[in-house]
Amino acid sequence: MCLGIPGEIVEILPDRPDLATVDVSGVRRAINIGLLEDDLEPGDWILIHVGFALSKIDEDEARAALAFLESIGEAYDEEIAALRESMIEAEKG
Amino acid sequence: MTLAMRFVDEYRDADKARALAARIADLCEPGRDYKFMEVCGGHTHTIYKHGLEDYLPEAVTLVHGPGCPVCVIPMGRVDDAIHLAEQPDVIMTSFGDMMRVPGGNGSFFDATARGADIRMVYSPLDALRIARNNPDKRVIFMAIGFETTAPSTAMTVLRAQAEGLANFSVFCNHVTIIPAIKAILDSPDLRLDGFIGPGHVSTVIGCTPYEFIARDYGKPLVVAGFEPLDILQSVYMILRQLAENRSEVENQYSRVVPWEGNLKAIEAITTTMETRAYFEWRGLGFISHSALRMREGYAAYDAEHLFAVPGGRVADPKACQCGEVLKGVLKPWECKVFGTACTPETPIGTCMVSSEGACAAYYNFGRFSRERVKEATVRPQGARP
Ligand code: SF4
Repeated sequence: MCLGIPGEIVEILPDRPDLATVDVSGVRRAINIGLLEDDLEPGDWILIHVGFALSKIDEDEARAALAFLESIGEAYDEEIAALRESMIEAEKG
Repeated sequence: MTLAMRFVDEYRDADKARALAARIADLCEPGRDYKFMEVCGGHTHTIYKHGLEDYLPEAVTLVHGPGCPVCVIPMGRVDDAIHLAEQPDVIMTSFGDMMRVPGGNGSFFDATARGADIRMVYSPLDALRIARNNPDKRVIFMAIGFETTAPSTAMTVLRAQAEGLANFSVFCNHVTIIPAIKAILDSPDLRLDGFIGPGHVSTVIGCTPYEFIARDYGKPLVVAGFEPLDILQSVYMILRQLAENRSEVENQYSRVVPWEGNLKAIEAITTTMETRAYFEWRGLGFISHSALRMREGYAAYDAEHLFAVPGGRVADPKACQCGEVLKGVLKPWECKVFGTACTPETPIGTCMVSSEGACAAYYNFGRFSRERVKEATVRPQGARP
């Protein structure tokens, strides 16, 4: 829960500018980007906590953070498993 | 020695780490011992995972702080949450980390076995979706965490309000890091020489809230990233301040943490939440102004307003020494029930539940534990009767 996980923005949702589809270690989910001041675009990297981007980071930092998270094993696997279950803003169903 | 080797072998930046370790050793004054607290559970995790303590010179001890949000939830609040979950038509939602946290009346998992509808969610926004899809149920989100998760809860409440969702509320257990650090600084049990400041909390609150630690207590604080090199570098920066007779707040993790924090996140928190007069922390007791609750204007989303919450106090189990571990007075392996009665499968205390808890981190990376236990008995430094 406390792990900040890096993700790459794939698409900003056209009807919801506070939401983006983000790729986190191959898992694509909707993430809320409403707390960032930056103008974000596909290809940008963000650090995500429980479904919200808290900061924008550069690609080098993202790759280093990912390599580190993958090295810690279980705690990161659990976070990704939890993210996999997430269906933020899937309006119905 | 062998432990240090193992770390160096495994670590891709071994050369840099070795160089840093040498520079750290150079900065240590002969005959002086240094105690630094890493406030954040994420750092504790890295330190045990990579055996970083064995890598540092013997004069430097890292003590683990209270920065594991699951660890500091008192038993009474778990019981309150279970009471809420057992009300008619309620769906309780919670992060997975919370499921095994023991209260006086068992854990969320135990309550689920008794028939309560408690669901794990990744994000409070997932709890919101559950509320949307179950209009005839009352959905409560068990909100826990420091300033890293509080903005997410706040934004979710604002979203619920925008959607006019009437069946969603928050059982707010957010805590704030600064009063906890202050409580530790004021506690007579522990002499600390500096702090490794939390990385992700600081992305939200920035670096200025720590300034009183440097100014009024004369202790350096360095906000640090989570990789082994980040932590070693932060130790180096703290030692350099001490060597130069400085006490300042420095930001080792500036590639992620802006000095002023995330203003939008702070605004979301202060719009929806206010400071409580006091809050009980597991093991640490009551700490003034150390937690958040929903503001009156958001009472419609406040489970404590919508439901009768028993609010009972439950004393920690006698065997539990989490308070000492959370204050950094005891090392996990010095707790009498560590690894015997208390394991991640059957936790007695909360430090054993979350992977960020010092006891769980230590238990999971037990490859170091035998050496440590031996060392602790041979060299009872810091050990208490
Ligand atoms: S071993 Fe268990 S009871 Fe002892 S301090 Fe750790 S979590 Fe608490």
